[in-house]
Amino acid sequence: MLNTSLFVQEEAIQTFHVLDQDGSLLAPELMPSLSDGQLKELMEKMVYTRIWDQRAISLNRQGRLGFYAPVAGQEASMIGSQSALNKEDFILPSYRDIPQMVWHGLPLYQAFLYSRGHQQGGRIPEDVHVLMPQIIIAAQIIQCSGVAMGMKLNKKKNIALTYIGDGGTSQGDFYEGINYAGAFKLPAVFVVQNNRYAISVPVAKQTAATTLAHKAVAAGIKGIQVDGMDVLAVYKAVQDARQRAIEGQGPTLIETLTYRYGPHTMAGDDPTRYRTSDETSDWEKKDPLVRFRNFLQSKKLWSQEEEEKLIERAKQEIAEAIKKADETEKMTIPSLIDSMFETLPKDLQEQKEFYLREGGK
Amino acid sequence: MAQMTMIQAITDAMRVELKRDPSVLVFGEDVGKNGGVFRATEGLQKEFGEERVFDTPLAESGIGGLAIGLGLQGFRPVAEIQFFGFVFEVFDSVAAQSSRMRYRSGGRYHSPIVFRSPFGGGVKTPELHADSLEGLMMQIPGLKVVIPSNPYDAKGLLISAIRDNDPVVFLEHMKLYRSFRGEVPEGEYTIPLGQANVVREGTDVTVIAYGAMVHTSLKAADELEKTKGIKAEVIDLRTISPLDIDTIITSVKKTNRAVVVQEAQKTAGAAAEIIAQINEKAILHLEAPVARVTSPDTVFPFAMIEDTWLPNPKRVQDGIEYVLNF
Repeated sequence: MLNTSLFVQEEAIQTFHVLDQDGSLLAPELMPSLSDGQLKELMEKMVYTRIWDQRAISLNRQGRLGFYAPVAGQEASMIGSQSALNKEDFILPSYRDIPQMVWHGLPLYQAFLYSRGHQQGGRIPEDVHVLMPQIIIAAQIIQCSGVAMGMKLNKKKNIALTYIGDGGTSQGDFYEGINYAGAFKLPAVFVVQNNRYAISVPVAKQTAATTLAHKAVAAGIKGIQVDGMDVLAVYKAVQDARQRAIEGQGPTLIETLTYRYGPHTMAGDDPTRYRTSDETSDWEKKDPLVRFRNFLQSKKLWSQEEEEKLIERAKQEIAEAIKKADETEKMTIPSLIDSMFETLPKDLQEQKEFYLREGGK
Repeated sequence: MAQMTMIQAITDAMRVELKRDPSVLVFGEDVGKNGGVFRATEGLQKEFGEERVFDTPLAESGIGGLAIGLGLQGFRPVAEIQFFGFVFEVFDSVAAQSSRMRYRSGGRYHSPIVFRSPFGGGVKTPELHADSLEGLMMQIPGLKVVIPSNPYDAKGLLISAIRDNDPVVFLEHMKLYRSFRGEVPEGEYTIPLGQANVVREGTDVTVIAYGAMVHTSLKAADELEKTKGIKAEVIDLRTISPLDIDTIITSVKKTNRAVVVQEAQKTAGAAAEIIAQINEKAILHLEAPVARVTSPDTVFPFAMIEDTWLPNPKRVQDGIEYVLNF
């Protein structure tokens, strides 16, 4: 047997936390620089997102929404990472990352239209820097490197940030994307939201890697594992990665340890087939909202009354967004055909005319 | 006017566009310092710098993702897939991502990308280099597929492809790279995508081809005129998607007979589509079924039988005589 010293040595890493499980600050120097207003905003976004998630699940059950992937449990990972970005930074989301799109500027009614399978859901406003949710797992990782290269070539002081799940790190494109980002030293941040399951398959069956953050080593980029139920830890890790990226120090892979309380999607997934209720309740004890609420209350920055008012506002805005989605003109076959090319080829023009003769629906 | 090979014309097209438009980027495996395995990008890195003409890591899917992301940031990527047999490694970017960008975003984003790639038989490459996979590409909504047959067209079509705001698969037949020279104007000119070219006029039969098969068809037509007085019209499609069906139908209405020639295997490719459209638009003008001359429905073979596997002038002549004697 060859001497073990000949082999690549793996270094252990520690998970980064800012708050403990009860919401107390672990050490003052860990605290990201955030004003009281910004701290409250993190909480507002998380509470709002939780309410929206509950409403979306209920609308889905009534047959009024369409495709939906629940987010409860992942709010700190989602909101903490998005909030550390500048508005000009570009997000490449996966299908569960709709909250980040909305908090980055996508109007809420368009998120509902996306769920309903309406093209208008993907028509991102001109001043909002996000891509439509990616369906093909890890395609966003290679595209993220392209966006980041574009920013670098355009000499922008911005980054491209993309999201993927734990299972997605098994894809070839995951490695290709982070490897490109390393090779070209691109201003990119790859957030791996490790919610423990790729639909039903647990992380242990995905890889022999010690952590998903270790996958950064093969690409020669920075990798860090973060408590994904701790919004301040996620915020700080992304803020730090962003700073290094815009200073030309290259990309970072951030693994957030999180959990989705609900099913993979609302399309028939039953989590009781692959995980125990004990496990779910263990994670619920780390709930990102509870922890951060405790933290804010200890600083006298949050009250029950405030939260109730926020919930009322969220419910009202969600109802308005649904109404606006309901009122949006339906897609038609001619408009679908029109969106295939900048200029329609003659054959497609003829096909469009066929549907126009049919009434254009 | 300069005499150029097709590969020189392709390099020239990229040079013209790199010079004209600062958003044009050229990249792929070995395209930088080495100038590409076929020298298609010879001298371009030296002239335009490493930011605009560069090598990528050896990962085709990464090249596709890079192109899409750069397209989102306002660049016009010209991405080389070293051989088109490798397209399966980047199929998601070509067939599922770039081609759907405009649709998925309701027009907010688009993918102004050219995927350039050598393909085609007759040069004895290893496996999965020479395959004719244009039929697969042709079936993908949102993609354009261009296949030039000569230096002049190659330059004008590539410039059009680079300027196009939708993704274009630009396939370059390896056998044509250096097999002959042709006149190529200096500077810029464009040939519209989706416009076929009647390269030989005739009244007895219409032969429809693209890429290297244009030359095979012309040889067959010349031989039949010499030996049997048959006047075949030959159409070079230049772009198979969009397909210039009008030029085909005009010719078929004149000759009443047609043969489609493709290097690809027989089933479900460009030839099948062309025949279907002739049937839709001109069946009452036909005196005979439309014939297709193709390779057999096998994988592209190992080099030993490559030359006999590919359609040749004799097989095209047989196809023409079949429709004439029907």
